[in-house]
Amino acid sequence: MLKNKSLISIADLEDDDINAIFEKADYISGHMDEVLRTSPMKSKILATLFYEPSTRTRLSFEASMERLGGSVISMADSKTSSFAKGETLADTIRIVESYSDIIVIRHPLEGASLLASKFSSKPIINAGDGSGEHPTQTLIDLYTIRNETGGIDDREITIVGDLKYGRTVHSLILALSRYNVKINLVSPPSLALPNYVYNGIKDKLNIETYNNLDDVISGTDVLYVTRIQKERFVDKNEYYKLIGSYKITLNEVNKMKNGSIIMHPLPRVDEIDPAVDYTKNAKYFRQAANGIPVRMSLISIILGD
Amino acid sequence: MERTLKISKIKDGTVIDHIPSGKAVKVLNILKISENTSVSIGIRVPSNMMGFKDVIKIENKFLEKIELDKISLIAPSATISIIKDYDITEKFKVDLPESVIGIVRCTNQNCITNAGEPVSPEFKVISANPLALKCIYCKREMSESDVINSL
Ligand SMILES: [Zn+2]
Repeated sequence: MLKNKSLISIADLEDDDINAIFEKADYISGHMDEVLRTSPMKSKILATLFYEPSTRTRLSFEASMERLGGSVISMADSKTSSFAKGETLADTIRIVESYSDIIVIRHPLEGASLLASKFSSKPIINAGDGSGEHPTQTLIDLYTIRNETGGIDDREITIVGDLKYGRTVHSLILALSRYNVKINLVSPPSLALPNYVYNGIKDKLNIETYNNLDDVISGTDVLYVTRIQKERFVDKNEYYKLIGSYKITLNEVNKMKNGSIIMHPLPRVDEIDPAVDYTKNAKYFRQAANGIPVRMSLISIILGD
Repeated sequence: MERTLKISKIKDGTVIDHIPSGKAVKVLNILKISENTSVSIGIRVPSNMMGFKDVIKIENKFLEKIELDKISLIAPSATISIIKDYDITEKFKVDLPESVIGIVRCTNQNCITNAGEPVSPEFKVISANPLALKCIYCKREMSESDVINSL
């Protein structure tokens, strides 16, 4: 039961909680007019506290609350806000909890959202706190796999790109260990999944590592592409060499089976050729759009409509 | 019966026995011991139970709770005897708790507990031997040497 609870980590959720969030998201998607008319979160206030910029995530939460008929208050740029100037997060939370019914927080330091939840009687949603936990992104990823391929169990999911620093990927892999899936990891050795993540899940998951996408692309149901960050490379030539060998173009899409999908947490840079956007496999914009019903569902379940 | 230690008995004070061999100096380092306190240390003392052990005897000192908690992290097998007028008035094992709160700092500089927030660092003990703690905030694990360095 999620009512009045904080969502700090995907591990906080029971399987039943995840199913309930997805079912309600389905209902909301199918009955948007009714939801807009009845404004189930009328009189409720959602606060967004973003200590580092993530405009897409913040807008997605704010739009979700607005569509539920609730209101949004938002901390201005954390660099200019008096909140950020020397005040502890604990004090800020104590104040903001008296202004709002639910608080969404993004913070560069690891464990910040758990700390916030200890100083708040109102539920906290972690929108990323440096530790790689970004549970709503993970829910949206799972929801997209479920809806675009007709389920999560028995899928072959290939994750390609930066598996080392791409922390939303760690959270996704941990969440996938709840399901009966086959996972293929494709990355250059220098960007392989860290051992501490791999060791935590290798017994729970059918997971294998490959160097070439060609080894697995034809059997793949879900191709999850992550961003390879240019900033990580001292030698930019190295970056362009890597990007060249992992880029998804129409050539790769043609090798994929019928009904298979391509996902990406966005923003995308060089990893996917824009020509791929027009194929029926491309689901990354749908994935981003799913952020709205999933977050609407989560907010209404936590605040109990 | 364990062979007796060839170091002098104390009149009043504390004996820390069954310290894993080699850890006595580390234990001593975390205790607050004033300059005029006599300390005897036995290193690699034969022990039936442990093969070898270290022993520390401290004159006129009685340990505080926080010192006992720190010892439990470094030497979970340690036993403490409180000596008054040459008699053991109390004897107990140190107790490694399930959660370690406020004793150890998280080694992760990006952890919220290192940012001046009004919370005590808090760890779950995930393994006693070898010691491993997991920060409940940043979820990073700390090894025994990490812990000893941050005590
Ligand atoms: Zn920590």
